[in-house]
Formats: sequence, structure tokens, C-alpha cells
Amino acid sequence: MYLTKEEERILDGEFGEGMRKAMELLVAIGDAYDAEKLIPITRAHAASSGQEGDMYFVELLAKGGASCRVPTTTNPVYDMEYFHSIFEISEEEAEVPRRVKKAYKQIDAILSWSCTPYITENIPLYGEHVAFSESSATPYVNSVIGARTNREAAQSALAAGIIGKTPEYGLHFKENRKGTHLVKVEADLKDEFDYTLLGYYVAKQIGYGIPVFTGISKQPSTEQLINLCAMLNTPGAVPMFHIPGFTVEAKTVKDAFQGDVPEDKITVTDDELKRTYEEIRGASGKIDLVMLGCPHYTLKQVEEVARLLRGKKIHRDFSFWVCTSATAKLLAERNGYLSEIERAGGHVVADTCIDEPCWHPYKDKTGATDSPKCAYYRRFKEAVITRLKDCVEAAVKGEWG
Amino acid sequence: MRSLEVTLKCHKIVGGYGEGEALISHEPICFYLTNPKTGIIREKGHELEGKSVANKVLIFPSGKASSVVQIDGLFKLASNGVAPKAMIVKDVETVLIVSAVIANVPLVDRLEKDPFHIIHTGDFVKVNADEGKVTVIKSS
Repeated sequence: MYLTKEEERILDGEFGEGMRKAMELLVAIGDAYDAEKLIPITRAHAASSGQEGDMYFVELLAKGGASCRVPTTTNPVYDMEYFHSIFEISEEEAEVPRRVKKAYKQIDAILSWSCTPYITENIPLYGEHVAFSESSATPYVNSVIGARTNREAAQSALAAGIIGKTPEYGLHFKENRKGTHLVKVEADLKDEFDYTLLGYYVAKQIGYGIPVFTGISKQPSTEQLINLCAMLNTPGAVPMFHIPGFTVEAKTVKDAFQGDVPEDKITVTDDELKRTYEEIRGASGKIDLVMLGCPHYTLKQVEEVARLLRGKKIHRDFSFWVCTSATAKLLAERNGYLSEIERAGGHVVADTCIDEPCWHPYKDKTGATDSPKCAYYRRFKEAVITRLKDCVEAAVKGEWG
Repeated sequence: MRSLEVTLKCHKIVGGYGEGEALISHEPICFYLTNPKTGIIREKGHELEGKSVANKVLIFPSGKASSVVQIDGLFKLASNGVAPKAMIVKDVETVLIVSAVIANVPLVDRLEKDPFHIIHTGDFVKVNADEGKVTVIKSS
């Protein structure tokens, strides 16, 4: 890969060990994919995880004097103040998340602690070159917004944010953004959960690729698209998709395939969605908690939870959690949704991922969620996956099914 | 007994030098599914289940599994001094590259001959990623 004089100097360590390490990572990726050069990016999102590998890298950058050259947001860890006030969490368990949070602050990342920054704090425009990691974030900015990012790992996105550049390969080129699979949707997509099932089913069928959806007649909502994006990267690895008529980059199916023929075609009817639901839903019986907000619930979804809980009380043996962004939590408080959920006995928590040590009190419990991604990374023992309204109903009744 | 030595060109991805006994896997590897203290692969049904990657030159087709666990897995092996000395792969992807950079393990691909034909478990292999060279010393 060609490097400018400045880039060479960064790689030689003239700008400190932090920038040197970030540049080493970008050069390795560029060499692996035969990129000719680095190109400027305008923003990044680092899928920080609060785990040891993540801590090592971000502390190395911080100690090495690096800081973000372009706005770079962070993924959730957990709201330490909130959880430490209600659960026993040992100092040992809290050490890694605490150090991770401190190091991201030191490198001047935007401390969003949110996995959906692309609707609130970090929104690219059409055609912007960016580096976004996180399963729903990569396909959302590529497909819904039409910005350009590769499917980054947390650290490659962070390195790009530090240097302000990324190797030019893959989805930064238009010709690599064409569809690979034609997905004919004959199913009736009624709600957000139907999009969850659609994403899960399609990812399981194609694994890796760029699906082009036809047959979707009604404008999908932001929340439906977020779910589709997240589930396309739970059993699969799908960096982008097209829904001609609704997503921005291809107006027609022909445009989406850039004149080529699809590698493969699949059809999704109500039957496939029903079978997917039966495959993932889990057994009936006693459950102990509900966990919502993987990916983080939007303000609209928090409002919906408040509405469903209105005049009801969560069963006394039950825990009820909604994970959301700090922005949405603030507005939920202002609009009264937060107090409605809390009055019913639920928690609304910001900055928090479902895969963190703060959930250890539930390690032997059964949880219900509307997200297969939550179930896959869960910190509780058994999982039931079902629609939001069924989760709420189960929480009120104290059992499922 | 006479030892046979072959030097092959390769493509550097992560620089450095590492040498050790070759360990071949025809299946992709997830470093999270190894014992972080010993480097022994504990993935059920894996062809290398029960074998250790510690201080070996590991030859495998590609990595697998989510970015968080893969990176954390190789990093923990490296912090305990039981990571591979170098890695030779067929298909790279971003997660494996990031893992190798963070763990400081030299990583190369595109050997001029198929590594699965030329190298066998037990051979001694020197990987000079910086110079784009792999030297294989046959065990007999």
C-alpha cells in the first residue's frame, strides 16, 4: 500500500506509540486486501466491548498519546453507578469496564455508550466514507443512509478514528456494493418482530453477501430497519443490503445488482417466518426476567413499553429491563415514559449492553427477550424469544405461554 | 538422516519473525475456544481438539467467530505466553488481522505453493514476515 510521507512518519513512531500502533493495524488490513492507499474518513464508531482485548488496545492508544482525529463514538459497556447501587459487583469484575471507560475518555472518543449512534450522535450523510463497527451499525449506515464503510472490527474502526483514515478497499468502491442474493419477500411484514425474523432467516440462508429485498410494499420504520440490520449479523455476516424503493442507493432491482445476475434467489413466505419463530422461541414455563433493547431501544420503543405497561404491575418475582441510549433515556424522563415504566416496576437503563458482567445475578435465570441477538450473547441461562407485547404480558403474569 | 530445507515467498500481513514446530489445521480456528493458560484447543469435535497451539507455527485456512471473542481469545493466549509464534493462512479477514496485530503474532498469506501440501505437522518452520519469506525444514 502506498503511504504518504506523513503516514510513513506515523508508522515510524514519530507521532507516538499510540498512533504508530493504529497505523500498523490499518496498514496490515490495507496490505491484506490489496488496498492502494488510505482515504480520509469523516467519522467512526468503535464497538467497544469492555473486555480484556479491547482494554489492552485502547489503553495502549491512550498511554501512547493518541487521540481521535475524527468524531468517534463508543458502544455501550454498563452504567456503573446504576448497577453498583442495586447489585453486588466485585471490584475485580468492575475493573476492566472501568479502565475501558477511562481510556476511551483519554483518547477523546465521544462517550456515547450506545450501539445505535447512527440515529442520534453520529449520523453520516449519503456517500460519506466512514469506519463503523457493530452489527447493526455497519449495514444501517451502508444501506439505509448510503454512507460507505467496510464491516469493521471494533479496533480497526477505532484505529481509523485515531488516524482519520481507512484503507480503500471493499465497500468503499461502488462496484463492490452490488447485490449478491435476490430475496423475494412474500410474507406479510406487520411489525418490528417480523423484520427480526426476516433478518434472522435470510442471514442463516446466505451467511455472507449483499441481499436485495423485493416485495416489501410498505415503508419500513427506523426500528424495523434497525432490527433487520442487527439480525442479518447474528447468524450471518451481512455488511449491507438493498430494498429498492426504500433504501437510497438503488432505485430498481436492476440498479441494485448493477446489471449483473444474482448468485442465488430465495423466497420468504409467512411460513418461513413462522418456522423461524418456532425454531428460536424456546420453551414455555417459568421465566424470571425480561430484557429489551438489543440493539438499544429508540425513544419510540421506550414509549411503547410505557404504553403497554400502563395500568399494569410487573409480577413481584420478576425483573424487567429496557436498555436504551442516554439521549433516549433523557427524553423518556422528560416525556414521562420513564416514570410510567418505573411505577410498573421496570428499569430503564442507559449506556448498557446485555453482554456485560453487571448481569451476573441472572446467570442461572430464564429470560424473555424480543431479540435473538440478546439471546445469543446472553448472560442468563435459558432464553425465550418472542414479541414485545408477549414479553410484557409474561412479565405481568409471571410466566410464559 | 538428512534435513530438507525449502524457502518460499509469502505475503506479509502482520510483520515480525517467528519460528517453531508446524501445526496444521484444515478447519478454521476460533482462539476463544482454547484454554487461555495452556493454548490447548478445547472446541468439541475440532480436528486439533486436545492439541496445543502454544509456540507453534500455526497453518490454518481462516479464523472464525465474532470479533469480540476472537480478539479476546488470541490476546489472552499472548498475555500468558502461549500464543502461536506465527500464523500462515489461506483467507484473511479483518478480525483475524486485528487479533494478530493486538497479540503481536506475525501473520502471512499467499505462499507461492499451497502450504497444506508443502508443510506437515512436526516440520520446523521459520516465518520472516518482514522479508516475505517462509522457510520449511522437513522433519526427516
